[in-house]
Amino acid sequence: MDRLSLEAPTGEITVFVGPSGCGKTTSLRMINRMIDATEGRILLDGEPVQDIDPPTLRRGIGYVIQQAGLFPHRKILDNVATVPYLLGWDRRKARDRAMELLERVGLDPGLAGRYPFQLSGGQQQRVGVARALAADPPVLLMDEPFSAVDPVVRTSLQDELLRLQSELNKTIVFVTHDIDEAIKLGDQVAVLRVGGKLAQLAAPKTLLSEPADDFVREFLGRDRGIRRLQFVSTEGLRLRTDLPAPEGAGTFVFGTDSLRTALDAALLSPSGTAVAVDERGEVVGVATREALDEALAEAAHG
Amino acid sequence: MGDGPPSLWEWIARNWDTGRVGSIRDLLGDHLLMSLVPIVLGLALALPLGLASVRWRWLYQPTAGIFNVIYALPSLPLFMLLISVTGLSPITVIVPLTFYAMAVLIPAVVDGIGSVPPHVRQSAVAMGFTPLRRLVQIELPIAAPVVIAGLRVVAVSSISLVSVGALIGEGGLGMLFTRAYQNPFLPPVVVGIVLIVALALIADGLLLLAQRLLTPWVRARGAS
Amino acid sequence: MNWLIDFFGDPARWTGFDGIPVRLLEHLEFSALALALAMLVAVPIGLLIGHTGRGGVLVVVSANLARALPTLGLLVLFVLLLGTASIWPVIIPLVLLAVPPILVNTFEGIRGVDPELRDAAYGMGLRGGQVLGRVLVPVALPLILLGLRLSAIQVVATTTVAAYTGLGGLGRFVIDGFATKDYASVVGGSVLIVLFALVVQIAFTLAQRVTVSPGVSQRLKTR
Repeated sequence: MDRLSLEAPTGEITVFVGPSGCGKTTSLRMINRMIDATEGRILLDGEPVQDIDPPTLRRGIGYVIQQAGLFPHRKILDNVATVPYLLGWDRRKARDRAMELLERVGLDPGLAGRYPFQLSGGQQQRVGVARALAADPPVLLMDEPFSAVDPVVRTSLQDELLRLQSELNKTIVFVTHDIDEAIKLGDQVAVLRVGGKLAQLAAPKTLLSEPADDFVREFLGRDRGIRRLQFVSTEGLRLRTDLPAPEGAGTFVFGTDSLRTALDAALLSPSGTAVAVDERGEVVGVATREALDEALAEAAHG
Repeated sequence: MGDGPPSLWEWIARNWDTGRVGSIRDLLGDHLLMSLVPIVLGLALALPLGLASVRWRWLYQPTAGIFNVIYALPSLPLFMLLISVTGLSPITVIVPLTFYAMAVLIPAVVDGIGSVPPHVRQSAVAMGFTPLRRLVQIELPIAAPVVIAGLRVVAVSSISLVSVGALIGEGGLGMLFTRAYQNPFLPPVVVGIVLIVALALIADGLLLLAQRLLTPWVRARGAS
Repeated sequence: MNWLIDFFGDPARWTGFDGIPVRLLEHLEFSALALALAMLVAVPIGLLIGHTGRGGVLVVVSANLARALPTLGLLVLFVLLLGTASIWPVIIPLVLLAVPPILVNTFEGIRGVDPELRDAAYGMGLRGGQVLGRVLVPVALPLILLGLRLSAIQVVATTTVAAYTGLGGLGRFVIDGFATKDYASVVGGSVLIVLFALVVQIAFTLAQRVTVSPGVSQRLKTR
């Protein structure tokens, strides 16, 4: 780690991303003192973590790791209630809390009495998230939590995390080597280079439009221009209401979906136009190629 | 020195090769025979049984179960019960030791074959290996380190277990222990223990060497 | 077969200081004593070495050496050196031979626990002792119990052999009978020892069923 200095804002998701050997996991583990920093300071709510006894510190910070790390000898319910038990909660209260969390992360409460080996990888990972949230810690550390599951499950876990975060507003530090995951989940993304140097710290949109240097540009990959469109709203898109919706055209939710989704819908349509719908699926208009072109030109300049 | 009991070295020199039955050299020969036969025979029997257990999975549980039970039985009563069948001969010692060896080696063969990565086995199939060729050229070499590890355990424990046979008069170097106890005298015990441990360590070393020579890729991977 | 009837059918075999009940209890007593002492030494050391990761070489060397040591030789050596005034010259080698299987398997069990699990436990704020007691030991329990079982097998066998150096127990029937050509005693005693060893096996299997979490043994079927 080399003079890494950044702030993870309260209630937001900060993602550390970088190639292997960049020290992203090390940085994360310094926060809950799984590794102690040789120099420098880490402040949690203004208090240096070095001054807090590690177990006490860790009980106040949720921790989710790659293989979920569930205790194989304990039932799911008791796994989730681990930290409440440690904090000396009443047994019933801890179990009630664990049940509530299982539902919250989208698991069937019937799984509570199972052992970890009886669950799929995706289910185990949800239990891992529930376990980290059990004592309602304000801060959550997530170390490549979704990298061991298949892409379909990973996408649903990511969506679930974003949904949870919209309800809970935790301060989350998330480590991944997957730039797409970083851009999807992060409120701000810290790109680290090998040796633990911070290459860039920015919101995903800024990262895509203004990479700080060649390293970041290369790490983002080739199609970052297209990917950037997912942060451009379709609100400003000029819709035609005088045209009939073409047969078999792709649709996008007007104002909610990104320009990338709209463009994708248009490209997949035989007519080359995309149909805008509202939240209920009612057609509100048609985005022609000209309209999309205008929006693209605007996005390129703005 | 002349009048007292002989020193350790004097005793060894006097008893090393008396030309009669019961000299140290003679016992050493017996000991080697009674420990080597179970090792070799155990492997020869465990290999087909283990392979059969891999081929027909249902066979493994009962086979392993039976040998697990046999392994738990002390050697002395087994020797005693065998006397009525095989008489007072080295065979009485060799038979139980062979069963113990099989108890260790059958799981070793099964685990060894199980350690062959599925993708390796599948690519061998895809390249057109016949089952027998695949076994001999692919699976057994990959299983070798696990099997040899089992063989090392078997060799060391067989060599030390033979000495219990002394209680029925067929113990190889173990005879030195009964001799020392009946006529209280320390040197035979010390010589017996040292020779048996030395034999065990030599056998262990030779097997380790064999493993290095037979499976050079294992060491290469370990070093990187 | 006749020998068995002679042995078990003779009422005289069932009474007195050298009767079956007394010898059986002696065998149980010596084996249990040696195993308990070995556990007392080997389990804490195995846990400590496995948990801290220091001293693993010592464990492996001791295990190999113990396997190579001839039990009969060790027993005779201790008796010749220490005399037969008490049972300790015989119990000490019994314990020495019982320690390594427990030590090795406890060590391997703790060390072999998935590092992710250890990481998760510390990450949630368990202290060192809690990580060991609440996570590592329950997960390593099958191996720890295997070590105890192997050690018990060893102890039962060595106790039998120890009858040669004057220790009581079931081995006496076999060894005294062999010396006096009382083959009923030899065969009857051998059968008793074999049964004793089988009961010990069954006891350990049951203990494993009861103490190991179904989540670790994965005995449950997913419905």
